[in-house]
Amino acid sequence: MNNMENMIGAKALMTAMEKEGVKEVFGLPGGANLPMYDEFARCNIRHILARHEQSAAHMADGFGRVSRKPGVCFATSGPGATNILTGIATAQADSAPMVAVTGQVPTPMIGKDAFQESDIIGMANPVVKYAFQPRHASEIPEVVKKGFFIAETGRPGPVLIDIPKDVQQNEAEMVFPDEFKIQGYHPWADPDIVAVEKAIDMLLHSQKPVILAGGGTIISSAFAELQAIAEALMLPVVTTFKGKGAFPENHPLSLGPIGMHGHAEANKIMSEADCVLAIGTRFSDRSVGTFEEFERNLKIIHMDVDPAEIGKNQTAQLAVVGDVQMNLRIMVKLLLQKAIKKTEETPWVKHVKETKSYWQENLKLHPGEMGAAKILRKLREILPKESIITTEVGQHQMWASLFYDVIQPGTFFSSTGLGTMGWGFPAAIGAKVAKPDVPVVDIAGDGSFAMTENSLATAVLEDIPVIVFVLNNFTLGMVAQWQRTFYDRRMIGVDQGHCPDYVKLAQSYGAQGIRAQSMDELDKAIRDALSSDVATVIDIPIDPEEDVLPFVAPGTSLKDMILPS
Amino acid sequence: MWAILSLLVENKPGILFKVTHLFRARDFNIDSISVGVTENPEYSKMTITTFGDEKQIAQIVKQLDKMIDTVKVERLDEHKTVYRELSIFKIKLSNANDSMEVNKLANAYGGKVHDVKKESIMVELTATPDQIKAFEELAKPFGIIDVARTGVAALQRSGAE
Repeated sequence: MNNMENMIGAKALMTAMEKEGVKEVFGLPGGANLPMYDEFARCNIRHILARHEQSAAHMADGFGRVSRKPGVCFATSGPGATNILTGIATAQADSAPMVAVTGQVPTPMIGKDAFQESDIIGMANPVVKYAFQPRHASEIPEVVKKGFFIAETGRPGPVLIDIPKDVQQNEAEMVFPDEFKIQGYHPWADPDIVAVEKAIDMLLHSQKPVILAGGGTIISSAFAELQAIAEALMLPVVTTFKGKGAFPENHPLSLGPIGMHGHAEANKIMSEADCVLAIGTRFSDRSVGTFEEFERNLKIIHMDVDPAEIGKNQTAQLAVVGDVQMNLRIMVKLLLQKAIKKTEETPWVKHVKETKSYWQENLKLHPGEMGAAKILRKLREILPKESIITTEVGQHQMWASLFYDVIQPGTFFSSTGLGTMGWGFPAAIGAKVAKPDVPVVDIAGDGSFAMTENSLATAVLEDIPVIVFVLNNFTLGMVAQWQRTFYDRRMIGVDQGHCPDYVKLAQSYGAQGIRAQSMDELDKAIRDALSSDVATVIDIPIDPEEDVLPFVAPGTSLKDMILPS
Repeated sequence: MWAILSLLVENKPGILFKVTHLFRARDFNIDSISVGVTENPEYSKMTITTFGDEKQIAQIVKQLDKMIDTVKVERLDEHKTVYRELSIFKIKLSNANDSMEVNKLANAYGGKVHDVKKESIMVELTATPDQIKAFEELAKPFGIIDVARTGVAALQRSGAE
């Protein structure tokens, strides 16, 4: 065989990754992964140094979501490996493709409580799609091949490859396989024409149908198909938060995200609907409220690539298992064949449009100049439509969901499942590496940004000019909102003070720091950031008392929204 | 509801851990579990008995099926399945009569008697979990000193697939 070669395990790892098309690795070196790091000197993969392994994982995650190829992160054994766990769990919760490679103590030391030893395979088990620990150098090429395949196919997710140091160092005859077999892995079901036909029938025979587009719609890039179906059947489209921007939010049929902080019109229409075409969603509690209430009087057509999602949280009348885009394509084709194209607005669609315009005109917003809605609409107004948004987790995230309209599908990313504060900034760095030519903005709050702000070093030194857009209320705002709402205003552990000064912090890293205290300053700050060659932090002081509304309290249903008084 | 699940898995280290971890993480119940290598040393067979409502059991099967290391996951219909569990009871003997009585009881359940001592006797019983439970109830009055059970092993009858 001509593809057989003698080399050490670490070199086989890098060679196999190059064959997978890897150009960048986000990571941090340490004792147990030094042999891998040494190989960066001899390969064409760029290493991007993070300042914490969790951030390295989030960078790989952001890269993976945007490029739809696994992002790669490296960490050493022990604390390096435990530090990336949060990043892996975040990717798993949001089905993001990732390959995490950790160093491990040498094979003879495993189980001896060696220095910087951790049983990362055991710890990571519930939060990975799969984990490998090759024990012989010769296994590495196939492990890498399988790892990338598992990470990016079917429902994507993180794969961990934990390599003992001696396995990295040992030389072996390496075979880089083109083919391999994973017996128990069936990432795709065949398209289900019969079920798709039934789905069309159910939608045509219901009075108040809607589409609920989830994150799976974005993962499978089924944007064109979704729009064609919505338009042909004249179906209003709501999304989950993870599905935000699966459908252009300036489209007349778009109602935006449902859920705990969904758009009022979306929650209203979702609660009135009698049939839903749910695409690539797991019906998270944050999206649907109480499970029993959501499915009452609602026929659910559930399309998902993961058969285990069918019936997990909601009972589906019809399941369409398989790749969402493939099944939606069949639906588009069938609609064309049958010449189904609604042209006249049904009373339902009229009602939907009235509901939408009512809430767009009547939802009370913060009266101040620097209210969240005004700030985010200003950002939207200035950013080109192809700009990529990441967010942190908290009030700013939900305001982004409410007030930042995604116009180009697939340009909005957030830690929606695990809700990991600190995700947005490193993920923005990863996103920018994947798409260097578009502006990337992390919509942040002061609380979340504080968790991974040291990634500014990566952004500056590695020349990755992202924008961090901090809605700074000097508070852990979402927790504060819950304390105001449910705990009689006993504010405990939420005051962040004016610490740090984010403008000075940015400057100390060599980034640009701008404070924007008026709409004029904000306008200028955004434009300055867009034209800047270095990463920019825009610090926007806002009212610490502003709540995110509407609000569906936990354990209640979508129709019980708390609205601004 | 009680269910018997049969899993064909790759015979690799760590799979039992992953299966039990899945049950823990998803808040499912393991009633019993038995594992052994199959005629093909590349695979092991796990037999898990569990309980839950219909929806939960369907979820358990799907989640197990989703695991990459499981090659085949089946829920067995107990009416079309041969399923047995091995149990060993150490039973107290208080008087001369007890030994005979325990022997009779063991015979009635098709059990075998071992390690007959003056103060105790062991009964090996291979039966369904229900039968073992019934035996246990009848043995209780003598005094059960100890018991060890293997968990269920199960195979579907031919033609029942």
